[in-house]
Formats: sequence, C-alpha cells, structure tokens
Amino acid sequence: MTKEITGRHSRRMSRSEAIEMLEAQAAGPERLFEHPMSQWRLALRRFRERKSGMLGLGIVVFLILVAVFAPLIAPYEPNQVLIGREDVGPREPPCVHILGCDESLPQHILGTDANVRDEFSRVIYGSRVSLSLGFFTVTLALVVGSTIGAIAGYRGGWLDNILMRLMDVILGFPSLLLAIAIVMVLGRGLQNALLAIAVVTMPGYARVMRAQVLAIKESDYVSASQALGASPTRILIRRVIPNAMTPIVVLATLGVATAILEAAGLSFLGLGAQPPTAEWGTMLASERNNVFTSPHLVFFPGLAIMITVLGFNLMGDGLRDALDPSLNK
Amino acid sequence: MVAYILRRILLAIPVLIGIVVVVFFLIRAIPGDPCTSLLGERATEEACERFNEAKGLNEPIYVQLGIYMRDVVTFDLGESVRFSRPVNQLLIERLPLTMELATAALFLAVIVGIPLGVLAARRHNTFIDTGTTALSNVGVSMPVFWLGLMLSYLFAVVLRDTFLQLPPTGRLSPGVIPDPYYEVWGWELTPDTFWATLNEFLGNFVFFNSIITSQWDVFWDAFKHMILPAVALSTIPLPIITRITRSSLLEVMGKDYIRTARAKGAREGSVVRAHALRNALLPVVTIVGLQLGALLGGAVLTETVFNLAGVGRALFDAITGRDFAIVQGFTVIIAGGYVLVNLLVDLSYAWLDPRIRLE
Repeated sequence: MTKEITGRHSRRMSRSEAIEMLEAQAAGPERLFEHPMSQWRLALRRFRERKSGMLGLGIVVFLILVAVFAPLIAPYEPNQVLIGREDVGPREPPCVHILGCDESLPQHILGTDANVRDEFSRVIYGSRVSLSLGFFTVTLALVVGSTIGAIAGYRGGWLDNILMRLMDVILGFPSLLLAIAIVMVLGRGLQNALLAIAVVTMPGYARVMRAQVLAIKESDYVSASQALGASPTRILIRRVIPNAMTPIVVLATLGVATAILEAAGLSFLGLGAQPPTAEWGTMLASERNNVFTSPHLVFFPGLAIMITVLGFNLMGDGLRDALDPSLNK
Repeated sequence: MVAYILRRILLAIPVLIGIVVVVFFLIRAIPGDPCTSLLGERATEEACERFNEAKGLNEPIYVQLGIYMRDVVTFDLGESVRFSRPVNQLLIERLPLTMELATAALFLAVIVGIPLGVLAARRHNTFIDTGTTALSNVGVSMPVFWLGLMLSYLFAVVLRDTFLQLPPTGRLSPGVIPDPYYEVWGWELTPDTFWATLNEFLGNFVFFNSIITSQWDVFWDAFKHMILPAVALSTIPLPIITRITRSSLLEVMGKDYIRTARAKGAREGSVVRAHALRNALLPVVTIVGLQLGALLGGAVLTETVFNLAGVGRALFDAITGRDFAIVQGFTVIIAGGYVLVNLLVDLSYAWLDPRIRLE
C-alpha cells in the first residue's frame, strides 16, 4: 500500500493514493461527497507519517485509557481519607518502594495531600474530569459556533452582519477575562466554567465555518442542488456543512487543549471545579500556598495538565498538516 | 492609506460600544444585589434604599446604561463601593504594574523567540529545529500559574543562599519605597488636575521612575522581583513567536529574490539579515498584537501567583467582592485597550505591507 512511486521523497503520494485521487477527480466532487471516507482515508495516511501527530494521538489514547480504567489503575478512591487506615500523615512526600523508600511505609507514588488522600489516585481520576470537560466544552462551542457561522455565511445580509458583529464583541475581550466575568454571573462550578469557555471560544468556529460556507456556496455542486430544487436547509445540512468540516475538525482538536488549559486557569482562581472534586487545577490551587514545603502537590497535577494539553496540541497540529496538504512545505 | 485607516477605525467603534453594553449587562445579571453584598446580609431595607439612591441604582436600566455610556466616554468610571475611592484612581495605581509586567514578558518573548525561530529555520530539519519545535510545543501547553509556582519554588527555596536566589512574591522588598520623580525634582502639582493625575500615573511605573531619577537600588530590587513573573508570563507569547518566525522565514527563504541575493555572492548571514528576515517579520508583528489578549488573561493568573497588585488581580478581587464599578471600569478599559492595540497593529501592518491597503 505504501509503495512509493518515487523513493526519494517520502512526501510524494503513494500509488494507491494517486489512483484514488484521480478516480475522485474523474468522478467529480459529487463522488467525493457520496464517499466522504476516501478523502479522510487519504488524510489518515498522511497523518500516520507525522511523528509528532502520532505522538499526540498516542498521548490522547493513553489518557483516555487512564480515564476509562481509572478504578483499576488507582490504588485508592480519589476522595478516600486515609487517616486511621494507614500510618501516613498529611502532605507526605512520594514514597516508591522500588526507588528505595522503606518497605515498612505504605507506598504512595505521588505522596499524600493535605487531607491525607492518595495524590496518585487523585491525579488518575482527574483525567476523567479534564477529558470530559474538554470534550463537552468543544462540542458545545463547535455546535453553536458553527451553526451561527453557517447561518451567517449562507443567509448573508443583515443577519450575517448582526451575528458576526456579536462574535467580534466576544473576540474583543481577552478570553480569560470574559470567562471569569461569565462564571461570576452564572456562579462558580465546573459546569459554569464549561459554559463560559464554550462561549468565549465560539467565535473561532463561527468565523471558520462562515468563511468555508461562503466559499462552498459558490461551488458548482451547490448550484446543481439549487437547480434541482433542494431547500436551503437541505443544501446547508447535506452539501455545505459536510464539506466545510475539515478546518473545523482541526480547530476542535486544538480547542480541546485550549479548553482544558483555560478551565484549569479558572479552577486555579477558585472559579471552576470545587473541592473535593479531583480536578487538576483545583488540586494545584488548594496547595499553592504550600508550594515551598510540599512542592509535589503542585508539581504533579500541573504536569498532568501539561501532558494532556500537549497531547491534544500535537494531535491537532498533525491533523492540520494531514487534512490540509497545501500547508506542507 | 487614509481611507484604509478610516475604515478600520469605523469598524472598531461598534465593537467598542458592544463591549460597553455587554459589560454593563453582565454586571447587572450577577445574582444578588450589591446592597446586601456590601452592607451585609442583615442590612435593613431603609439602609439599602438610601444606598441605592446614593449610588443611582434605582433608575430604570436603560437610564443606567445611558448614564454609564456617557461616563465611559468622559472617563468618569464611578467610585468603588468597597474602597470608597474613584475607579480612575485605582487604575492609576494598578495599571502601570500590569503594563510593565506585560511589556517585560513580551520583550523577553521577542528577544528570545525571534533568534530561536531564525536558528530553527536556518538549521531546518536538524536536531536544533526539532528541539526548538518540541520546546515550543511544551511551552504552549504549560499552564502559566504552574510554571510560576515551580519557578518560585526553584529560585526561592532550592537556590536559596546562592547568587541565583530570587524573591518569590511582591513587586518590591519591604522597606524599599520609591520616590516619584515629581517629588524628587520638587515639582509643585495642583491636586485633581489632569497634569497631576498624568504625573502620578507615570510615577507609578517603577522602572521608568527609578531610571529617570537614578534610584538604582529601587531599580535593582524591582528588576529582581520582575524576573520570575515575566519569565512565567512570557511562555504564552514565546512559543508562538518562535513558530511564526520559523515558518515565515522558511517560506521567505524559498523566494526568488533570496536566490538572486545568493547568486550575486552575498554571504548567507547577510542574506538572512538584510533580505529574508525583514520580510519574514511581518506576520510576527501581527501575532505579537494578537497575543496581547492572551497576555492580559495570563497576567491575572501571574499576578495571583506572585501576589502583585496589578489590574488583573484587582479585577479578580472586585468580581469576587461584587464591586460593580471596578469590574465595569477595569473590564471596559482593558477590553477597549485591547481593541485599540489590535487596531494599531492592523494599521502598522498596512504601513509595513502596502498590499494590505488595497484589499
């Protein structure tokens, strides 16, 4: 399958890729639409060639597995207080037996926190909070944002003007400040932080979708559908949106990274997840005044945030390169 | 060019008005009234009535909005109910710190990011290039508050009693009090005039003030306190500047005029400096402007970590304490400043690249 037409440049198209492309071109854009997998398969092949993208995918898959199997990986419940159950105190440094920690002491890979809970278990369970938060935030922003963009681009006129000026106003604020203000109106908590981040990231999807729709609206296959008498809604949903999805997918992947980072920021300011939720930003915030005496309680949750965000960033970059070959230099 | 400038300014006006309206209604939508949150849960209705009357909160909402719009335009941002002081005054005290912090971070990001991007582009597809890309990916993914805390742990605890020790919090050490330049120079300022306010504002820029009055001990102290916050905050724009410089330079290096420059025998170094870099830096200018919003958001987190009394920190405190006037005033000024800087960036871009004007 990956046999190259020329061996010198790995970036050249493989034989099967070339055939698929020629076939698709011969059949015209309608064919591409009838079998949308073909262009995605091409992209998948290009994606596999990018080492950093694959690394990102690896990190993301790993984190999803950690989140799903958290009860099997974590030695304790995330909110289990160990007072009276084991001989450990609050904020104990990490103790790993194979690294020379005394066998008589209970093993806590990342130490214990202020309430004598196992830090490692809390970090593991934290992946569930961050991943689902990233996923839901982006889904919400994507659905609402691209709907607004699609309507604005397709209808045009005053509606376009009003919707896009509204998006401009949202973009006019530094995003974290607007998110803070929205959370204050709605009240603290994880769900409201999620809503706030969705609102501040929405304009990105709206703008990209609108630009895509404006370009696609003029294409021949849309004119053909119009000539056949398809309703505007049908054209928008069946013809325009599926063809506009490529940059949206890239934006969404990178958006998960942004959402997790901003949510951690809100939690750090005490506006996001509330204790005792095992959320990385909250865990870090509650120990920030003890960073000089127990740095491990700040270090590990932050490291978890960084690895997660890094995974989605790398994967998003890889996807962008794969889906938009014109960017490859 | 004039038509372009006018059009861009006209486009910015609705956004500015929108920001004022959005902020106004956001504040009004916060549950709970300001009276009980300020005078306490047990405040009598009479006391609340007097309070609302005094603060103009009894007028219909559209009248309040109208009054607010007029006040914003005339820079009368009201009075903080908690501090019983004008919001303007608080801005004068706190804005300079945030501006110094953001400038220091941006400066650091530019002087490190551009050379790093150039290096990566010139050693394209080598270990240096891959390393730089990897580092910038890590930088983008790092929470600033985490980096800030880890830095203060490293430099205040691990490296204590070495020459690398740095103060973990605050703007100046206790006991270090800068004398404002207008007092040093014995200027007579009439209070409550524009001239006095302006001087007071400028005097609050610790670096500026200590340099022009040669208070080098103050400067050194402020410098040491600024290093860690600035480094932490600079990780927001730094990776992006590096990336854009790299990809932009790579693109320019493939152009025909670079080949021409090489063909005429110019040395590689001067080809990069004189021909490539100038053109490659255009997109970097835009990115620097666009980073300002993220930088201000990051300033809230950085000021919280390092206990700095800037606008970000003040805004956060005000939101928590339901201090309507501060929240309104600060948010409008910050968002307005952000829109204006972006406008300036657009204009400078048009000035640098004549093709933009014709669009």
